[in-house]
Amino acid sequence: MFQVRIHGRGGQGVVTAAEMLSVAAFLEGRHAQAFPSFGSERTGAPVVAFCRIDDREIRLREPVREPDALIIQDPTLLHQVDVFGGLTRDGYVLINTSRTFEALGVGEFARSLRAERLCTVPATELALQHTGRPVPNAALLGGFAAVSGRISVDSVAAAIRDKFKGEVAEGNVAAARAAFEHVRSELREASHAQAD
Amino acid sequence: MLKQIEGSRAVAEAVALCRPEVICAYPISPQTHIVEGLGEMVKSGALARCEFINVESEFAAMSVAIGAAAAGARAYTATASQGLLFMAEAVFNASGLGLPIVMTVANRAIGAPINIWNDHTDAMSQRDCGWIQLFAEDNQEALDLHIQAFRLGEELSLPVMVCMDGFILTHAYERVDVPTQEQVDAWLPPFEPRQVLDPADPVSIGAMVGPEAFMEVRYLAHAKQMRALELIPAWAEEFRRAFGRETGGLLHTYRTEDADTVVVALGSVLGTIKDTVDEMRRDGVKIGVLGITCFRPWPHAAVRAALAHAGRVVVIEKSLAVGLGGIVSSNVRTSFTGSPDAVHPVIAGLGGRSITRAALARVFAAAIAGNLEPLTFLDLDRGLVERALAREREQRRSGPIAEGMLRDVGVVAARIE
Repeated sequence: MFQVRIHGRGGQGVVTAAEMLSVAAFLEGRHAQAFPSFGSERTGAPVVAFCRIDDREIRLREPVREPDALIIQDPTLLHQVDVFGGLTRDGYVLINTSRTFEALGVGEFARSLRAERLCTVPATELALQHTGRPVPNAALLGGFAAVSGRISVDSVAAAIRDKFKGEVAEGNVAAARAAFEHVRSELREASHAQAD
Repeated sequence: MLKQIEGSRAVAEAVALCRPEVICAYPISPQTHIVEGLGEMVKSGALARCEFINVESEFAAMSVAIGAAAAGARAYTATASQGLLFMAEAVFNASGLGLPIVMTVANRAIGAPINIWNDHTDAMSQRDCGWIQLFAEDNQEALDLHIQAFRLGEELSLPVMVCMDGFILTHAYERVDVPTQEQVDAWLPPFEPRQVLDPADPVSIGAMVGPEAFMEVRYLAHAKQMRALELIPAWAEEFRRAFGRETGGLLHTYRTEDADTVVVALGSVLGTIKDTVDEMRRDGVKIGVLGITCFRPWPHAAVRAALAHAGRVVVIEKSLAVGLGGIVSSNVRTSFTGSPDAVHPVIAGLGGRSITRAALARVFAAAIAGNLEPLTFLDLDRGLVERALAREREQRRSGPIAEGMLRDVGVVAARIE
């Protein structure tokens, strides 16, 4: 079972992101379960949502305490909420930012993880550019497809079109594909840097 | 057709496939998405020949459902928590009058303190109201139980409450198999009411009954529920043949064949319990699970048979009978042939407290070791309780309990998980 935890703030589409990720996994023939941490549905309040993906039926209903991957939609949460709590040592981390882990003040923690599994993507900027709205959730799923390899960007695109229609869907698909390319080139640069 | 959708959406689609003629509801979390979905289907015409009635309260919702059912319409509503309490008088009337309404209860705690999260206190408060009460383990079962509920209720002329865990199921996206209209039409015949308000053939419904016949009317209500104990498993088998799924029925057993310890529970927590039991089985512990799908009528004989070889029973229950302890465990004891002391009530998950594999494994191990108190509260924060008790000892005006505890916890609002 692969477990994803998404942190963000009310209004950033955190719950929708988990739902779309589950739809993308479903479209690839996997079992998936998405659910929010319920209650604090206020704009700006810290929100958490979860997605489990497996090859067999998922029965477990407890919150994800030991995620295999973290998507952090709002870097201002890094020093406010224990976003890294329970992250497995081999875990993936994707943060919505144009700054580095070092500049965000989590460089030391990042060095305890596998570098090739840590990525950043300016998802809010990409969302603004492609949809005109600062909602980074769909773009981050594109980035997640690139860093984790657990889901294809085409499935992410199909899930976005399942959730939204028309221009909103196409704008978000474009943002997701742009984020996918951004993270891919980030990973390529990092591996070249290592090879050098 | 397989779909990855929200539990509320799955239930809305199932209800729509049953061709309801009147839907009335008042919004309350976590039930709202279900009737929102149905409202959209009525408005768009996807659900034809159905009246969606916006009402001013839950009391009105049940009253309209009663009127609709009495006029011969297939009627549906949904509620939760305080909403169920607010309609309670009409809930008893629906069953007392023998009107086959189907209602979803998206299970949620009851205040005070106000709490929107999941537990079973709302449904349990109505356990003796005369409705059939079915509990869904996952969203597929929630979907299927609604289809079964319409047929069962209409056959017996009794209302049916389909209980599904609020948020945990209603707001969860998971895979469900949504049947076709043809499949549901073939399984669920049109509603043939036993009584109907028809101007062409006038009757009155709702007579005052004195001591000369009141007991007999109540007796018949009980006898009808006893008949449900035969119909429910028979129709679950028929449903399996038609739809290919083993959902519904009176109860489900899991790995109980050689189990010394059997864990009993209702609803979505069964999944987490099964995963915990699998882990303990790998360590050689003989433990199994009994999931109660039908809580009313109480499936006495089936529970007795399922627990016949159990040395001890642990009941995980999401409600508290204040001043007594467990509600489900009290029912289990009536069907358990061993010592009542071998049935261990464990109150868990009240007001949305997470029920984890780790906590379950600890409590099952404690039960096997003989170390459980007569009444256990899973993951209770004793320090928090002690601080509140100390305040009450130290000062007469100790203040409101809930506010004091929130200050102790250090949060203004409630915890996230």
